[in-house]
Amino acid sequence: MISRLFSFRGGIKPDSHKTESSEASIRNVPLPSRLVVLLTQGSQGAARTIVTVGDKVLKGQCIGEAEGVAGTAIHAPTSGTVTEIGPYPMAHPSGLASPAIVIEPDGEERWITHEPLDPATASREDLILRIQASGIVGMGGATFPSHLKADSEIETLIINGAECEPWITCDDRLMRERAAHIVTGSAILAHLTGARQVLVGIEDNKPEAIAAMRTAIQDMEAVARKCLDADKMNVIAVPTLYPTGGEKQLVRVLTGIDVPPDKRITDSGIQCFNVATAHTVCRALLHGESMVSRIVTVTGSVERPGNYETPLGMPVADLLAFCGVKPGTSRVLMGGPMMGFSLPSLDAPIAKGCNCLIAASNELFSPPPPEQPCIRCGNCANSCPVGLQPFELYWASRAKNLDRAEHYHLFTCMECGCCAYVCPAHIPLVDYFRFAKSEIRARNEERKTAEQARTRFEFRSLRLEREKTEKAARLAAKAAETRAKAASEADSALIAAAVEQAKMQSSVQDKAAPSRDQQT
Amino acid sequence: MTSPHIRQPASVQRVMMTVLAALLPGIAAYVWQVGAGILVNIAIASVTALASEALVLRLRKRALWITLSDGSALVTAWLVALILPSIAPWWLTVIGVLVAIVGAKHLYGGIGQNPFNPAMAAYCAVIIAYPALMSQWPHIDGLDFATQLHLILGGSREIDGITGATALDAMRTGLRNQVDIHTILSSGTFGFAGGRGWEWIAAGYLVGGFFLLARRVITWHLPIGFIVGMGFTAGVAWLVAPDSFPSPLFHLASGGAMLAAFFIVTDPVTGASSPLGKFIFAAGVGVIAWIIRTFGMYPDGIAFAVLLMNICVPLINHATQPALVGQRKEARP
Ligand code: SF4
Ligand code: SF4
Repeated sequence: MISRLFSFRGGIKPDSHKTESSEASIRNVPLPSRLVVLLTQGSQGAARTIVTVGDKVLKGQCIGEAEGVAGTAIHAPTSGTVTEIGPYPMAHPSGLASPAIVIEPDGEERWITHEPLDPATASREDLILRIQASGIVGMGGATFPSHLKADSEIETLIINGAECEPWITCDDRLMRERAAHIVTGSAILAHLTGARQVLVGIEDNKPEAIAAMRTAIQDMEAVARKCLDADKMNVIAVPTLYPTGGEKQLVRVLTGIDVPPDKRITDSGIQCFNVATAHTVCRALLHGESMVSRIVTVTGSVERPGNYETPLGMPVADLLAFCGVKPGTSRVLMGGPMMGFSLPSLDAPIAKGCNCLIAASNELFSPPPPEQPCIRCGNCANSCPVGLQPFELYWASRAKNLDRAEHYHLFTCMECGCCAYVCPAHIPLVDYFRFAKSEIRARNEERKTAEQARTRFEFRSLRLEREKTEKAARLAAKAAETRAKAASEADSALIAAAVEQAKMQSSVQDKAAPSRDQQT
Repeated sequence: MTSPHIRQPASVQRVMMTVLAALLPGIAAYVWQVGAGILVNIAIASVTALASEALVLRLRKRALWITLSDGSALVTAWLVALILPSIAPWWLTVIGVLVAIVGAKHLYGGIGQNPFNPAMAAYCAVIIAYPALMSQWPHIDGLDFATQLHLILGGSREIDGITGATALDAMRTGLRNQVDIHTILSSGTFGFAGGRGWEWIAAGYLVGGFFLLARRVITWHLPIGFIVGMGFTAGVAWLVAPDSFPSPLFHLASGGAMLAAFFIVTDPVTGASSPLGKFIFAAGVGVIAWIIRTFGMYPDGIAFAVLLMNICVPLINHATQPALVGQRKEARP
């Protein structure tokens, strides 16, 4: 298929630095002395622990069940003993903690029995439940639960192999080495979503990956063919331009559709999965292997850069130690240099969304030059893939004019960093935007609390009011009742008295002369 | 430290240096056609700009080096020197630069905050205060460097033949006196397009402008907007009454038109921001400048036109906020 490619707005071309880590094949790492499996692995929900300290677990055994519809399960990354359940720092810019299950490996790597599903015969519900129970989340970094995404009905499935961030090569290596599984996983996802075509987008700086994926589609496994015709899946080489791997950017490049900022791509009949996610889906359904490891690129100032099949829960420090951090490393970045963050603690374990660790030295990543005033050159606006006016957002954020920032669509900013990359005044624009966003969230939170307090207050006054009227009504009713009763009692008393009187009178009358009162 | 962790090797300094470099062809043509006096003026303006900026920064208790070295003061200084007559006495240049740097730039909070184009504010201030000096342009034929230096250093101006009418002045005076346009153009003041000799300087600015476009320091919206604005208005008038209105080419090649198109309206700080807004801004300057040139009392209307359009910038920005990707134009707030 010759398909016309489209271009998205803006974008930048930073030095790619891919070869540092892309040349060697995927390697295994030795098991660390303990694995820290966080209960929070997906962006939308967590897991609930179902083991207790002292339990022996097998590799792939579920140790945390999905909590709610959006939660995803977690599994023991190896066989061993649960030694601790408690909070551990997550790989997060703020060093936030999450409850975690700590496992001490027994070194035997004993798997639980695999229970594969046949996608062609199993029901759609079963397959989707299996994806959730296998703990699969988006592996490109966003960690959105895959079962939620698989549960959609679409026309076109996009498999994202763009990997546009510099330095990261884990998807590249995965496509080169395990293309068949990616293709099968993609076919299964197409089957689940009802997609009629699958477009695999790969940046043209990865010719080996493109070739491997094309071959894998030609030699598509029989089980995958039952899900999708091989000619419905196409690999498309897309121009290397950051951020092509952004969901909406890739949709634009492959289909020409501009998804509006307030809409999701499913509204345009498109769904998108990362290649690594498709790979994991294949392993989980066809082989019954839950998600217990992922490939992590370790690069930058390390002795042995490359891609490592890393068990989930391996502390970052252990992985780095294995790769040999060079002297002069000042910080460690998680993710790529455009959107990644400096890890506040190397104790954080590898989680499902961790695609890359970069040991950063001042030679490789020079500290930012001092910030200068904005000269309104507009370079930032030219580079913004969303079509924002970053300098307007900057002026508004700087002046803490939050309404103005919202007016300039602050929340459509995806923090891709293009604007800050090109700014000649070296303004950390994205920092300003993150700050303004958190300010607005805090403000809205405050408003919400105030609103709730007000409603509560209003409700209370309403209730008091109602109670008062009810009470008054009750009182009134009661009073009326009493009065009525009293009245009727009085009436009967009167009647009785009258009767009595009459009796008496009549008897008197009988006994004496009739009275005049009797006639009245 | 937060993302992004990498940056393009770009800086404000580099942008400003590119602008200075782009002015060189025009300056070279100036020296070739009019004489080296302009270089003295540029030097005076540069020193004044750096010294006054340093002083203001000290008073405002700001870091000196980072702002001084950004090159923006030098760009302003060079532009002020280029828009004043090259035989203006030194103190006029100094006043102009002080108005630009201290008044128009730092009183508003420094680079990035100023609503008015500093060089244009300077031009307007000095032409209102010293209209006579501002109308004395060097004669195009053989004013030697010594004489130029003498005049710049404040020497007596009672010498014959030092000044010559500019093309715009000659045209205006001629038309006011009901002289036929062809007769006016046949006088020695005019060359193939604008003022004889001066048109080469305009061509030099044009060359520098292409350099800025090629280096992506400016986008086409501004120069083309200006050229379309001025050229279109002049063109309509010329087509309707060719005997009373000079051609668009004459307008674009005369006075400060080319300097304005590529170096003045392109000041990012004081201009509109969106592509459409930029075009509207520059076209507005072109139209107003033509109107002032044709009907006003000042020799060149560009400076006033720029200041007028500077006032309109917030309005233009508001009206031309670009739509987001995927957002239909009419859906925008
Ligand atoms: S790139 Fe930087 S200096 Fe230029 S307009 Fe944007 S924020 Fe201002
Ligand atoms: S970080 Fe935001 S404003 Fe900057 S380029 Fe990306 S989307 Fe645009």
